[in-house]
Amino acid sequence: MSEFLSMGGYGLYVWTSWGVGVALLIALLIQSIAIARSAAKEAEATELLSPRRRRRKAEAE
Amino acid sequence: MHRFANPTRFLRLAAAVLPFSAAVAALCLGAGLVWGLFFAPPDYQQGDTVRIMFIHVPAAMMAMGVYAGMAISSAIALIWRHAIADLIAKASAPIGATFCFICLLTGSLWGKPMWGTWWVWDARLTSMLIMLFIYLGYMALWQAFDDQTKAARAAAILALVGAINLPVIKFSVEWWNTLHQPASLITMDGPKIHSSLLWPLLLMIVGFGAYYLTVLIFRVRAEVHQRRTRMLRMAQADRHAAMQAAE
Repeated sequence: MSEFLSMGGYGLYVWTSWGVGVALLIALLIQSIAIARSAAKEAEATELLSPRRRRRKAEAE
Repeated sequence: MHRFANPTRFLRLAAAVLPFSAAVAALCLGAGLVWGLFFAPPDYQQGDTVRIMFIHVPAAMMAMGVYAGMAISSAIALIWRHAIADLIAKASAPIGATFCFICLLTGSLWGKPMWGTWWVWDARLTSMLIMLFIYLGYMALWQAFDDQTKAARAAAILALVGAINLPVIKFSVEWWNTLHQPASLITMDGPKIHSSLLWPLLLMIVGFGAYYLTVLIFRVRAEVHQRRTRMLRMAQADRHAAMQAAE
């Protein structure tokens, strides 16, 4: 196991490369999902304030 | 192409693609990681540092591929005033910049043990660093305008001018003397990498591509919703002003 972690003495370089690379990809994915959700919510809320939408809703009821 | 200029239709298509791109990304990146770190043999010259290649090379290729995509969508947005193309270009930039940064960082971490230096100002490394700056400049330009139509046009022009850097990066290892090794994957005689290292590398490249598509869908979705919010707010402000004028 320790032999595997040492990567023939290059462990620091190999593990930092993979560690930072994977961390950045995961962080970007999470941030992108978060902004997609919050933007959808905000658009929905803004639409509710628009009178046309309110009128249409009132007619439906 | 203009069929997909309709945001609703585009979002529907994107939603249909998303589960597949996400699955391909997770499978390929997961398998590539395990194969590259655990099963691929060490290189006869570079030892275990060759495992950095599995993340360095896909990041480099996708940094350039995303830039090419960004330049093409920018051209489509400029020429045909396509309503989604500029959003695709805008949404691509942070993903390409991340790939570019990963490429530079892992390259540095590979250079130290193999070349004996973290960094040299040679053609390949410098042109790649310039690409990162163009990505950052492109993103900053979008933020510099309140008027999104103007921002889109200015950013698109920057993306097109910056595309000149793509062939410079690709051929830098042939045109100039550089520490960086020449192309070993895309060559006239086919790949020059042994199959034991080539397969995990190809998996990682496909994985990076699918990852880009997945994240792109989320980011374009965010852009479409943000644009809708802006338009609704503008319409509300106009109506408010008209009501006040009537009183």
